[in-house]
Amino acid sequence: MSDATAREQQVLDRIEQARRRPARVTDERITLAHGAGGKATHRLIEAVFLGAFRNPVLEALEDQAVITVGDQRLAFTTDSFVVSPLFFPGGDIGDLAVNGTVNDLAMSGARPLCLSAGFILEEGFPVADLERITASMAAAASNAGVQIVTGDTKVVERGKGDGCYINTAGVGVVERSVDLGAGKAQAGDAVVVSGPIGEHGITVMLARGELEIEADVQSDTAPLHALVDSLLDAAPGVHCLRDATRGGVATVLNEIATASHIAIALEEDRVPVRPAVSGACELLGLDPLYVACEGRFVAVVDGAQADAAVDALRAHPLGESAAVVGRVNADPEGLVLLRTAFGGTRIVDMLVGDPLPRIC
Amino acid sequence: MRYVDEYRDADKARALATEIAALCEPGRQYKFMEVCGGHTHTIYKHGIDDYLPESVQLVHGPGCPVCVIPMGRVDDAIAIAEQSDVIMATFGDMMRVPGGRGSFFDSKAAGADVRMVYSPLDALTLARRNPDKRVVFMAIGFETTAPSTAMTVLRAAADGVDNFSVFCNHVTIIPAIKAILDSPDLRLDGFIGPGHVSTVIGCRPYEFIARHHGKPLVCAGFEPLDVLQSVYMIMRQLADGRAEVENQYARVVPWDGNAKALTAIAEVMELRPYFEWRGLGFISQSALKVRDEYAAFDAERIFDVPGVRVADPKACQCGEVLKGVIKPWECKVFGTACTPETPIGTCMVSSEGACAAYYNFGRFSRAHVHEATKR
Repeated sequence: MSDATAREQQVLDRIEQARRRPARVTDERITLAHGAGGKATHRLIEAVFLGAFRNPVLEALEDQAVITVGDQRLAFTTDSFVVSPLFFPGGDIGDLAVNGTVNDLAMSGARPLCLSAGFILEEGFPVADLERITASMAAAASNAGVQIVTGDTKVVERGKGDGCYINTAGVGVVERSVDLGAGKAQAGDAVVVSGPIGEHGITVMLARGELEIEADVQSDTAPLHALVDSLLDAAPGVHCLRDATRGGVATVLNEIATASHIAIALEEDRVPVRPAVSGACELLGLDPLYVACEGRFVAVVDGAQADAAVDALRAHPLGESAAVVGRVNADPEGLVLLRTAFGGTRIVDMLVGDPLPRIC
Repeated sequence: MRYVDEYRDADKARALATEIAALCEPGRQYKFMEVCGGHTHTIYKHGIDDYLPESVQLVHGPGCPVCVIPMGRVDDAIAIAEQSDVIMATFGDMMRVPGGRGSFFDSKAAGADVRMVYSPLDALTLARRNPDKRVVFMAIGFETTAPSTAMTVLRAAADGVDNFSVFCNHVTIIPAIKAILDSPDLRLDGFIGPGHVSTVIGCRPYEFIARHHGKPLVCAGFEPLDVLQSVYMIMRQLADGRAEVENQYARVVPWDGNAKALTAIAEVMELRPYFEWRGLGFISQSALKVRDEYAAFDAERIFDVPGVRVADPKACQCGEVLKGVIKPWECKVFGTACTPETPIGTCMVSSEGACAAYYNFGRFSRAHVHEATKR
């Protein structure tokens, strides 16, 4: 080994050491980056929340906890919704709040049973808007076959909330003998996405009206438990399931690659993206892989069952464009790699902050 | 997608790659700098390096407009934003650029009213909608964005909007390239010229690079085939023993630039005697300030700007990394004082900067990545 190579290795080793140290939050205050679902969110969760509440169930850092009560396996989850604007093409904060929690339950293979709904309302918020939101929550719950069985209401002073925030929690029962988890991907598995990505994120960004871009795009918000059912019936060898919400498909895949100590190799030209979404992303300098979905999931499936999995998904209206987008390799451990449509390669890192439009 | 896919054709890329490889002299190493951050993004996003022979290396230049803003200027901007009657309007990617004491994100968290806008005109609209506030636009960027700032000031002046000003941090590309060229330890063989800047300034200002420094420069577009073709054009010049300015991006870049945009800049702004660049230090006549005639729209004069000077730590060697003299890991502060979480120099600020990319992924060789993505 030459002198220079040895010194380079020393520097790399030092970085590796720093990387393995327990997560620390160096910021003095919470910034929006802590809520974006990327690196800062993960650091906050690991350093602050996991630090304070540590237990074996929480440590798995799944989107839901699966706990055993008697001989039943229950799935339990909670999610808060602070979307702005409250109403957007294809949905509103109401159906988002129901579908989001239903989906977090569904990703463990659970059948969703019932939900709670907590409202934080700002003084001055129109009751008509609240009724519109609750009507769409009721419709979404009925569509998902769940009931909202308990709730809470708080009102904060004008200026201290953004109209309406909703928290939902949900309970489901895992009746299948599945054991899904971000840490269970294996070399040889196939990576499947259930439909075209990025639609919810782009819809909400455009609905804010700041960009003066119009596109024919709608939120993909939908309950996914029935789609998950068809998938698990056809392909019992599903190892990981995650809905690609904040941080998008790229962030979910990074979580899986890290937790499973494997590599994921993606093929850009196989990732389903509708033209309106890819067009908006081109204009804004965003990568659809990082844009949020509310009705799509990523499944890591035993390679031998990949075709069966995709066929089952495509037979369902919510999974028409499902596709195998990549595969799991043994190494380089923890990394998500992309073969670009242009024919090059790049590393797909976890989201660093909110996706921000580039100036040039 | 029409007008996009044509410029991303993998078959054409392979053909160009073959021609580039054929132009390589055995045993010779080639280093080309892409001056503009937009090109760095294209190269990274599409994986253009994979089409280049081992002996051809692309060096990321100083043209990332948010990365070159020195820490002191970020601190000054935050000091303005923290005043109670101020709305600070900024481009999104400026939000997380750290100064000596945090970023706009941090000051927003601490209570400052910082808003993201997509054009300076949006900031002017904010001013009209908030007559009881003073709206300051954080003006950054090269000649690409300076005309829109200038036009906005002209509009504000014409319409008498008196609660609008700009904190002018516009920089000019030529002095930065000159600073790099004048360095005695320069190891570059040619330049991929900044396409968007050139739509404004044209191709003529680069002629000294070919004439006095003997280096080819090709103004390039931002699609992957544009970049690959520009590399080919530079290689062709070197093989022919030529050093010229050529325009690969002729579909957008006029040879003489955009006279209207240049007039607007000249009307509203003038050169500063010197300006500090993150990692590169002070470069004379490398930035613009608002002219006296438009002092009413100049945040530097309206507000009591502290004029914070945060010296880049002596050990920061961004300049050498940019010039291709040292590799990121050879810098004295790399990975210790300077990390992606606490960046010191421009190369660490942007995730595509040479140092940030090396910090995150240096442990994986290109061969390693290539092997893992084989079909």
